[in-house]
Amino acid sequence: MSTVRELGILIALAIVVAVTALVNPLFLSGQGIRDLLLNACLVALLTVGQTMVVITRNVDLSVGSVLGLSAFVTADTFAVDPALAIVVGIVVGALCGLVNGALVGLGRVPSLVVTLGTLSVFRGLDFMWAHGRQINAANLPDGFLALGSGSVFGLPYLVIITVLVLAVAALHLGSYRSGRELYAIGSNPEAAVLVGIPVGRRVFTTFLVSGTVAGLAGVLAVARYGTVDATVGTGLELQVISAVVVGGVAIFGGSGTVVGAALGALLLSTIGSALEVVHIAQFWQQAITGALLIAAIALDRSVALRVAARLRRQSRGVSA
Amino acid sequence: MKTLLRWESALFVLLVLVVVGGSVATDGSFLTGRGAFNVGSDLAVMALIALPLTLVIVAAEIDLSVASVLGLSSALIGVLWNDGWPLEAILPFVIVVGAVCGAVNGFLVTKLGLPSLAVTIGSLALYRGLAFVVLGDKAVADFPDSYTQFGTTPVPGTWIPYPIVLFVVLAVAFGLLLHATTFGRAVFAIGANEEAARFSGIRVKRTKFILFVLTGAVAALAGIVYTLRFASARADNGTGLELEVVTAVLLGGVSIFGGRGTIGGVVLATLVLGGLTDALILDDVATEVVTLVTGILLLASVFAPAVTHRPTRGTP
Repeated sequence: MSTVRELGILIALAIVVAVTALVNPLFLSGQGIRDLLLNACLVALLTVGQTMVVITRNVDLSVGSVLGLSAFVTADTFAVDPALAIVVGIVVGALCGLVNGALVGLGRVPSLVVTLGTLSVFRGLDFMWAHGRQINAANLPDGFLALGSGSVFGLPYLVIITVLVLAVAALHLGSYRSGRELYAIGSNPEAAVLVGIPVGRRVFTTFLVSGTVAGLAGVLAVARYGTVDATVGTGLELQVISAVVVGGVAIFGGSGTVVGAALGALLLSTIGSALEVVHIAQFWQQAITGALLIAAIALDRSVALRVAARLRRQSRGVSA
Repeated sequence: MKTLLRWESALFVLLVLVVVGGSVATDGSFLTGRGAFNVGSDLAVMALIALPLTLVIVAAEIDLSVASVLGLSSALIGVLWNDGWPLEAILPFVIVVGAVCGAVNGFLVTKLGLPSLAVTIGSLALYRGLAFVVLGDKAVADFPDSYTQFGTTPVPGTWIPYPIVLFVVLAVAFGLLLHATTFGRAVFAIGANEEAARFSGIRVKRTKFILFVLTGAVAALAGIVYTLRFASARADNGTGLELEVVTAVLLGGVSIFGGRGTIGGVVLATLVLGGLTDALILDDVATEVVTLVTGILLLASVFAPAVTHRPTRGTP
């Protein structure tokens, strides 16, 4: 079923790209495609962690703040020790994830409330650390900035990193016991406890992953944009959750894939770029994203209802 | 129920501490004069929306589109004023539009059975997008003084802003609605156990639909207050406010799982947030610290009951 869902997004993506390319063939040039992938990268990366969290019937609203904090700390560390900066950024993200995971997974309190709280706390720490400063590309080593703009065999480094992270997560969710258990937790948390799944520990791990990935995304955001202040990543959490939901991950857990979610991110950012090319005012972009999101949820719901009805009919057929 | 009372008394103690601490730290300028007027005006916009949202969350739903409805309302005021409509017609019209926005959310949630968290993340983008579609990135600012005075001058002889007066009136109205009517009892019943509520004859879908419509209408009203306060209609007014409003409601002791919470708790929470902001800003502690403290308070609110009694439910 989920492959059908991903096919649907791919078709939608193909239609958007085809129509736009008719208006402006440059949209499909090598550089055009590279730009599309690059624009989607950071959100797509964040969807990896978010998908794992949402599958377990939780949500991580703090990812934008974690990315912002990690970005600033990374940029600042370059002045002290360039060799350490990247590691420090990822560690900051992991620590944030650790806090979320400990509060949600071990403290047994609702993730929506916890991560709404840590959204403010991490952003507050970011503001206090930054203290109104801004760090520019001139303060950063060229080698590091090349990570954000350079490419190998025509593939930007950012895209390669995103795809690698995506592949590892997809393999883990699809083929490893601990990955499959996340779906069980999201489908029915009580049943998951009863069959002996360590629910608290698994949920803790998903938040740790989400934080670490957001930390990595923070490092990459510095490399890509070069300019960092304390507002980097503000509001990103809703874009990430939109991408995850458009990508077919059920908001109440139990189904969805990281590949679908990443395709959702690519679709949303491609629609944004396409609107620019066909000269529809940028102002429409948000409205279209919202309408698409609602349509995707409604579609998933009607498919789920039909599948449930068919299963009921089948089971009736078996018992008769 | 016991833990809930404990949280509200904790809020009250916190409020007293903030008031006493604020008065000492700021040499008496706390809660008086221009600073308090500004904090009160900013707070009123957020606090207004917190009232209907409290009922929505008690009914175990959520509405994240409120700040976008505020923005759409503000953008419409700007466009219609430019088109030469009189404000007497514009203001009721935008409240109706807000109610329609709420009705769309309510329809998707109750008729199509979609989760409100996902639906209202969608309509958050949709309504904000429509705000930009109608007004673009322009700002409309030439409103008559007779109207903007509502947002820019205090009640004569005090520092109290008119929006706070409006908030008090609505707080009483929503308090009565939630705590003294059968409608309010139905809201609690739905939040505690939707199925049981349906079997006891409560019209669950209709009740939820009404809550979304009310929330949309009040969010549009907050858009009017916001626009008059800054004498500026812009499509991006109030961006990101939804998370602050939800924070205030949850800080007030309303359970995110529904079925528990009081308007009184939410009013106390907004007072604590307002007092804290006023004290910290007067004391020249950067505004950013307020963000940090708000987050910590929210975490404390959710942990206070969790530490004393472990909830038996899972962790949705």
